[in-house]
Amino acid sequence: MQEFDLVIIGGGPAGLGAAVAASEQGIKNILILERENKLGGILNQCIHNGFGLQLFKEELTGPEYAQRFIKMIESKEIRYKTNTMVIDLNRDKLLTAVSKADGIFTIQAKAIILAMGCRERPRGALNIPGTRCSGIFTAGTAQKFVNIKGMMPGKNIVILGSGDIGLIMARRMTLEGAHVNAVVELMPYSAGLTRNIVQCLDDYDIPLMLSHTVTNIVGKDRLEGVFIAPVDENRKPILEMEKFIPCDTLLLSVGLLPENELSKKASVKLSPLTSGAEVDEGRETNIDGIFACGNVLHVHDLVDHVTEESYIAGKAAAKFLKGLRKRSYVIDVIASEGIRYAVPKYINPVNIEKDLELSFRVKDICKDHYVSVYFDNARVTHHKKKILTPGEMQTVKITSEMLSTHSHCRAISIRVEKE
Amino acid sequence: MEQKALVCIGCPLGCRLEVTIENSEVLHVTGQSCKKGWAYAFKEYTNPTRILTTTVVVENGYPEVASVKTEKDIPKNKLFECIKELKEVSLTAPVHINDIVITNVANTGVNVIATTNCEALDTK
Repeated sequence: MQEFDLVIIGGGPAGLGAAVAASEQGIKNILILERENKLGGILNQCIHNGFGLQLFKEELTGPEYAQRFIKMIESKEIRYKTNTMVIDLNRDKLLTAVSKADGIFTIQAKAIILAMGCRERPRGALNIPGTRCSGIFTAGTAQKFVNIKGMMPGKNIVILGSGDIGLIMARRMTLEGAHVNAVVELMPYSAGLTRNIVQCLDDYDIPLMLSHTVTNIVGKDRLEGVFIAPVDENRKPILEMEKFIPCDTLLLSVGLLPENELSKKASVKLSPLTSGAEVDEGRETNIDGIFACGNVLHVHDLVDHVTEESYIAGKAAAKFLKGLRKRSYVIDVIASEGIRYAVPKYINPVNIEKDLELSFRVKDICKDHYVSVYFDNARVTHHKKKILTPGEMQTVKITSEMLSTHSHCRAISIRVEKE
Repeated sequence: MEQKALVCIGCPLGCRLEVTIENSEVLHVTGQSCKKGWAYAFKEYTNPTRILTTTVVVENGYPEVASVKTEKDIPKNKLFECIKELKEVSLTAPVHINDIVITNVANTGVNVIATTNCEALDTK
């Protein structure tokens, strides 16, 4: 059995960032395990630009962003194994992995960072009636076909769901010569970034049909078309207004779910709100020495934010390995009125060196509302926001001064308020 | 005087811009959080441009296609012409990030460069 100080599960942006951060804190015996045949994770198939604006002040494509980190991994001589899948993990940080080169093997780690990313919700999660024909893909699968394999999954497309991957794929399929009939979105707003609606749909005159859904899938062997209908305020389809769109391909961009099978095996406590682990300010889970960051923790909009979070987890894991992390009296972080979730779930004030940021998403679109932070019942910050949408993650800053002023506080809550 | 609403695509913030236009000229822009907003509004009104990203075939390489991009933004109405030119290109592995794939694509004066590394396949 091999032993490592720090094992990172997943070689995407979260895993790479965490490895770099831990290495910069002097941790030497690090191993990254990646199931694909190269490092970089989903960035490798995200060939569009717009990555790294916050971190590098440059507009990079996905593969370029990944390459920056792969270079750092190589120059720091951090070890990694590709084509290697972790199949078991327990709370004592003993993991079992499998690869063609090494067979089945076990590794004992002193600390672990979970960086497995997320998975797309498939057709089965939606309960759309209809036949089981071919031609139905998740948007990410289609993206892999087109951008890595150079294959087109179809020519005449309907996209259900307006998450960023769906929007990006609408443009990508159009550029490759396919006809995209429409992007159909159940909610009255898009889940994607506004800039992607502009540059992926509007630029190519692709209609975005808000408050609509697919009501039936038709096709014997291959998809022949889908029925779509508007939905009422309870998101129930109005079947009298159903209409048929002939198409050979349906792409699904209907949400992402953190991939936490391994976390569950290690008895990591998951949040029903994020489907990711409940973590503290260092992204440490309820299990000592097991950390989580990136999309396995909560789904991010921007890779830059994933990297920032991975640095937090990597630094905290390094502190843990040096015996410098403390667990003390904790302050809960509560997603209160108007807030869907907040990360981290709780904080140990003793570990806060300077400031910390809380990330959160709102439940609904609100215009000209205030985001407030309460320490117990005292309102400490109160900022007006022109627009808040569930599709765009927000942050609030908590300073060490606030924490020392409210040193006996039990809970910090974030609220959306009208005034 | 005409008011036009735009969403800046300069970064993921997606600032909502209010552009004031008079006699076909951009007079005034509000709503931006940085200087990119003004430049974007001006360009978007006069000559909208985009960075194009796509893939080209790689002979004997892994992956089978290499991702590429225009080094700078190009006029929006040239996007499909560029795609057409790039369909004719096939690269030979290995390909490295920043390798020039095609110069002066569609007469835009802009080069297309590789954004990924493709290794040569082991043929033994």
